[in-house]
Amino acid sequence: MKTLFTRKNLPILVTGAILVLLFGTFSAMFDNFLSMRVVANLFTSYAHIGVIAVGMTFVILSGGIDLSVGSVLGFTTILIASLITEHGMHPVPAITLALLAGAMFGTVMGFLIQQYQLPPFLVTLAGMFLARGLAFVVSNQSMGINHGMYEAVVDFAVPLGGRASLRAVAAIFIGVFLLGIVLAHFTRFGRNVYAIGGNAASALLMGLPVAVTRVGVYTLSGFCAALGGVVFTFQTQSGNATNGLGMELDAIAAVVIGGTLLSGGVGYQVGTLMGVLIYGTILTAISFDGSLDSSWQRIMIGALLLLFIGIQRFLTRGTTLQTSH
Amino acid sequence: MKTSSFPASIAWTCASLAAAASISLLGGCKDSGASSNADGSKKLTIGFSQVGAESDWRVAETKSIKDEAAARGAELKFSDAQGKAENQIAAIRSFIAQGVDAIILAPKVGTGWEPVLKEAKAANIPVILVDRGITVEDPSLYVTLIASDFVAEGRMAAEWLAKKTDGKAQIIELEGSPGADPAIERKKGFADGIAAHPDMQIIASQSGDFETGKGKQVTETLLQQHGDKVTVVYAHNDNMALGAIEAIKAAGKKPGTDILVVSIDGVKSAFDAMVAGELNATVECSPLLGPAAFDAIEKTLAGETLEKKTVVADRLFDQSTAAEELPNRKY
Repeated sequence: MKTLFTRKNLPILVTGAILVLLFGTFSAMFDNFLSMRVVANLFTSYAHIGVIAVGMTFVILSGGIDLSVGSVLGFTTILIASLITEHGMHPVPAITLALLAGAMFGTVMGFLIQQYQLPPFLVTLAGMFLARGLAFVVSNQSMGINHGMYEAVVDFAVPLGGRASLRAVAAIFIGVFLLGIVLAHFTRFGRNVYAIGGNAASALLMGLPVAVTRVGVYTLSGFCAALGGVVFTFQTQSGNATNGLGMELDAIAAVVIGGTLLSGGVGYQVGTLMGVLIYGTILTAISFDGSLDSSWQRIMIGALLLLFIGIQRFLTRGTTLQTSH
Repeated sequence: MKTSSFPASIAWTCASLAAAASISLLGGCKDSGASSNADGSKKLTIGFSQVGAESDWRVAETKSIKDEAAARGAELKFSDAQGKAENQIAAIRSFIAQGVDAIILAPKVGTGWEPVLKEAKAANIPVILVDRGITVEDPSLYVTLIASDFVAEGRMAAEWLAKKTDGKAQIIELEGSPGADPAIERKKGFADGIAAHPDMQIIASQSGDFETGKGKQVTETLLQQHGDKVTVVYAHNDNMALGAIEAIKAAGKKPGTDILVVSIDGVKSAFDAMVAGELNATVECSPLLGPAAFDAIEKTLAGETLEKKTVVADRLFDQSTAAEELPNRKY
């Protein structure tokens, strides 16, 4: 027990407790809330945010930020729709192209940040505007995707019992999340990300490949944003340049509520998963209630964010005290 | 590393419990489940997914549906998506999980609904669309669309104008948001309406995005460009027309006299402008879709088959009828 309840693990323990408490409270409040179907819906409806948040976790762990992900998602959806519907391309090459475009977009931003020591906030802010603009260049109208493969993916569902089913997008989300865990904790890349986020200067002195890792982190985030876009096209069978407006903030909120420190170096993918589920649970409860304005979701997310900033302050104060001893 | 922080985590957890409790206070007490009305009939539970509350028109639409639910003793689950289609999709999934009897959807965009509507269909929950249509391969995914005929609205505006000007007009057209159904169809209807009058010409047509500010800005530019030639401004909604009125005043002309202004929607502020003599006519596009929506729900639950589109009849108001109608305006 001693190793589980450490100061470092405090944020993620709080996240877990909040998720259980919220879900428990809402289950007591609303009929049919405590059901396999609602849980499965959380993974289906918020799969796109989840996929983005996995990439965002790596960025924040490395001490950076990526504001471009919502726009990259929007760009991806309209690009795929346009390639399939307007240019008659098969979905597989269209999706591959979109994923490559997203990853490359991230690589370029990562290169600028690393090579010229530019602030990630500004570089990715520029990326956000750029990707949104490009999306509107592709098309400023929403576009449906009618292709047999899309129908098959949309109709794919593994029954889980109790009117619940595992849908393709939820499976993608879970797969990406598991890969994220492997990448974070069982690869050299993952260890390097934690090291850079903890202290970039000493990581460099230790001879870690800081440059490659940092560019890699933004490449990964760009790829995840594009994959989030692919998921979004499966969720809606369409593309729209306005998709994903403000979604970068939702993803950052999910990561922070998941207990990852914005200063970098500390955090877990499991926390991010729980952050996404908390986000979805609150929205679901508001729909179940049916009389609340959904602005309450934002108010609650805001309150939770404040809570976690408080925890982070508490933790960093602890570390400065320790080092000054 | 210290291990003394566990009590602190309990403190934070209590704080979050307070957050959860606040929702229960706001939301009132738990539903009693399958409740019934005084006459013993089963109480219907209806889910309503609304785009947002971005205009007076939409607020009036929401109120109409809420009021009608209350009047018929149905329980309404209302979800405001804050302008995001993905929130609407998530809300529909929640409605299905709750097991509502029917869903009313005011879709933000025309595409993207097939996957979630298939889930609704699989759960045997009928979906009624209000105010905007959607594109689906399988029309059985929704019961009916309850909306105005936007083409007819544009045509009515054109016909009124033809009568008023004896078929002579140099027109500036303020279009709605590019790609939006109302914008496309109101443009088409108006063009159809003036086709029979060769002396009625649209000399410029630009988008003002359905917004007052944009409508003003576009009108200013077009008036500078075309100067005294312009005799009419036709706007796809009242908000843009109100902006145009400001621009006409700024250009030193009298709106409603020097330059005629006609628009569509019939919101309250448009009636105020007509009474002030600055707006000449507006075609009402009623947001009061609640009664028709609940009629459709009751019919479809009773097993009746409905037409794919239920058209709500619209009326034109001009300055002669505006003052009389103004007190009746709810939105």
